[in-house]
Amino acid sequence: MSSFSEFGSLVKNRHKPKDKPTDTKVALGFLAPWLIGAVCLSLIPMLYSLVISFTKYNMIKPPQFVGLMNYRHMLADPRFLNSLAVTLTYVIISVPLQLVAALALAVLLDRGMRGLSFYRSAFYLPSMLGGSVAVAVLWKMVFGSDGLFNAFLGLFGIDTSMSWIANPDTANWTLIALHIWQFGSPMVIFLAGLRQIPRELYEAASVDGAGTWRQFRSITLPMLSPIIFFNLVMSVINSFQTFTQAYVVSGGTGGPSDSTLFYTLYLYQQGFASLRMGYASALAWIMVVIVAVLTGINFALSKFWVHYDD
Amino acid sequence: MKRRARLRSGAKRTRTQSGPRSAVDLGSGAGMNGNRSRAIARTVGSVIKQIVVLLLAIVMLYPILWMIASSLRPQSEIFTNMGLVVTHPVWQNYVAGWNALSYPFGRYILNSLIIVVFAIIGNILTCSMAAYAFARLNFRFRGVLFGFMLLMLMVPIHVIVIPQYIMWNSLHLINTFVPLILPKFLAMDGFFTFLFYQFLRGLPHDLDEAAKLDGAGHIRIFFQILLPLMKPAIGTCAVFTFIWTWNDFFSQLLYLTKPDMYTVPIALRTFIDAQSQSSYGPMFAMSVVSLIPLFLVFTFGQKYLVQGIATTGGK
Repeated sequence: MSSFSEFGSLVKNRHKPKDKPTDTKVALGFLAPWLIGAVCLSLIPMLYSLVISFTKYNMIKPPQFVGLMNYRHMLADPRFLNSLAVTLTYVIISVPLQLVAALALAVLLDRGMRGLSFYRSAFYLPSMLGGSVAVAVLWKMVFGSDGLFNAFLGLFGIDTSMSWIANPDTANWTLIALHIWQFGSPMVIFLAGLRQIPRELYEAASVDGAGTWRQFRSITLPMLSPIIFFNLVMSVINSFQTFTQAYVVSGGTGGPSDSTLFYTLYLYQQGFASLRMGYASALAWIMVVIVAVLTGINFALSKFWVHYDD
Repeated sequence: MKRRARLRSGAKRTRTQSGPRSAVDLGSGAGMNGNRSRAIARTVGSVIKQIVVLLLAIVMLYPILWMIASSLRPQSEIFTNMGLVVTHPVWQNYVAGWNALSYPFGRYILNSLIIVVFAIIGNILTCSMAAYAFARLNFRFRGVLFGFMLLMLMVPIHVIVIPQYIMWNSLHLINTFVPLILPKFLAMDGFFTFLFYQFLRGLPHDLDEAAKLDGAGHIRIFFQILLPLMKPAIGTCAVFTFIWTWNDFFSQLLYLTKPDMYTVPIALRTFIDAQSQSSYGPMFAMSVVSLIPLFLVFTFGQKYLVQGIATTGGK
């Protein structure tokens, strides 16, 4: 397939000199909304936020240039460092677990399962509702001291009246659970990917005596690895920006004891509650850097496990 | 017996390549020749698998079902009854919740719907137009611009949200729907531009060529020929825009601070803030109300959801 696309791009390139930019005016028309948006709502705001990250600005008095102070302040800000730790813990634990759950279920369902479409819906539904305030409210109740989760534990003889939300040691874990609960969306992507694996591969492997697990490791995993990688990259980027759940569960405080003070929640507090727009902008830019580094690490590591069709 | 089950599942319409695929299936052929204990072991395995998956589905859906059940129970029962059976449904929670805030809850639903409807129109129109330019037209800097659009998909919105807030604030547009709707008419959801782009690339160029020979311009080619063919992508765009806008909390929290402008998520949050022990029932009731549109979209738009996820996620 890669040779095919290489061939395609060769053909394309050969024609390229002939492809003059003939449609520039028409394209300008079709792209006009996006171009206006890209300039006024993306490019200029990005530059502006970079500029005010070097200032002290509270939206009342004009911005006051302070150099690198905001960035230097970050290193000494325990709440910032804590929010970074909380968010990284969340991302590093919840993203892989969610993808493993999604993959496991996709493989199970793909192996000829009765009621596939029912299960696909049942498992997908939480990903659709999971981002809503209503579900965050529900989560707060489920993991409260007299909530559903403790009742569930009671079934196994574990009797506790601890509130998992109010305990700083477990609060973040309830949000991790909420993230894993939404494994349906990557699962649907995996299901679509599994269907594209030629089944001759499995037949050949089983003729050679490969068992189910061996087939999974030697065929399914490598063939699916580009899709797993895509999901991993996007999940890391998105889950680093988790906001709604942490806000609702903690009532906007990031509590208890800042244990759910996610990066974006801290940024929100600094920018829109304390009106420290300069500091919040610096936080936002460091966030871009962190997300870029995480994505870079993902890409670097992908060489060792992602197989692009060859 | 096992074979029959497999054949049935293989015939599911969701399968493009149906039929047996694994060693398990080949093994069943051997089972007919006397390898019965192995076949029985497989059957037991598949039953266990069924049970495990079913249990998991129940565990996953239980909290939502419990919320619905609780919203129909009197206050005293909510945290004592963890079951799902409601013998005497009480609608009082819904009445109380509907009128608990400064405006009837319908007001917030209306506000949310206004934003959602405009967001859907804007996204479909402008993202598909941008996609047409990227997929079908030759122009300068196409590669650079396309790259910029893809890059913006990965950049956290927080890096632009502060300047945007300052801008909307200085234009006195806080507490209007403009900051929430206008970006949708400027194709700012690159995800959908990419979705339409992928879809357009799958449509044969012959269609445009034929229309061009008939003297149709780009505007006619796009609106009269390609757009009607893009229905599946439009469906996906509409469904996802609905879900994301309906659930959107961060930007609505920023831009809507007056109670008469509140949307559903912001109104629900107010419930939590004002929460006393006695208001769980009404809060659950309104949470359920807020999920009803999502259930409806899920039921009727599932085809588009699955399609959209598969096409953008798989490539």
